[in-house]
Amino acid sequence: MYKVKVFVTLRESVLDPQGTVVKSSLHSLNYQEVSDVRIGKYMELTIEKSDRPVEEMVKEMCERLLANVVIEDYRYEIEEAVAQ
Amino acid sequence: MRFAVIVFPGSNCDVDMYHAVKDELGAEVEYVWHDRKNLDDFDGILLPGGFSYGDYLRSGAIARFSNVMKEVVKAAEAGKPVLGVCNGFQILLEAGLLPGAMRRNESLKFICRQVELKVENNQTMFSSTYEIDEVITIPIAHGEGNYYCDEETLAKLKANNQIVFTYNGSNPNGSLEDIAGIINEKGNVLGMMPHPERAVDELLGGADGLKLFQSIVKQWREAHVVNA
Repeated sequence: MYKVKVFVTLRESVLDPQGTVVKSSLHSLNYQEVSDVRIGKYMELTIEKSDRPVEEMVKEMCERLLANVVIEDYRYEIEEAVAQ
Repeated sequence: MRFAVIVFPGSNCDVDMYHAVKDELGAEVEYVWHDRKNLDDFDGILLPGGFSYGDYLRSGAIARFSNVMKEVVKAAEAGKPVLGVCNGFQILLEAGLLPGAMRRNESLKFICRQVELKVENNQTMFSSTYEIDEVITIPIAHGEGNYYCDEETLAKLKANNQIVFTYNGSNPNGSLEDIAGIINEKGNVLGMMPHPERAVDELLGGADGLKLFQSIVKQWREAHVVNA
């Protein structure tokens, strides 16, 4: 069994309206050091072992559904987990 | 001419769309549930606004995998008119029938009000009864209508005259180049954020949207009805 963490954020080149507002809120709380905020999604997947290579599957899932690659970037972390 | 209004769980402009086509346009129309596996009976496909599948993950991201969307793709390939309004537009983007993607409105607010649109291209089956550069008033109601595409795509949209409607005067959501509606290269799939189906009767505050539906029927008649 695998525990997979998927992170999806707007691409660098795409303005993130939520991130922009959160950044200015942080500034108003006196954290001027914050130069950028990007807001994204975090997903946890539990995947059973099968014949299909897990990384290949996760990449495919990201491309086909979990991220919209027109505007979003994704990255993932795959951990092998011991079944309970 | 027979229209299908596709209904997903969470669609909420399906009744308006049905009313516009049946009562104001006077064409045949039927509700089609998202699991239907055949659209051969229909000449035009309408994807209404709303929040299909609760907008989970992204607007339109789940709806594009429903059974009926395979049929919508087929209908589009066959050259039938396909109109996606608001969430329908978002679904067409997710399905890859139109290029680009939607971001949240620049203001982060859901905006529901009348806006002015400019008809940038009246040489399409959806806009032929408008004048070029005609300014029309149509309501918008969305939180994610901030259209985006990369520079290469934008250049292509411009070169092929695929931008059909832009926001006139002020841009409500931050969309690239004030884009409000675009058409595919082939010219039979239109996506737009504003709601023409909500502007089909003066009682509703305006009837500027009706011409869009009339354009579709006009084109269809010219192609299919002898002595039209």
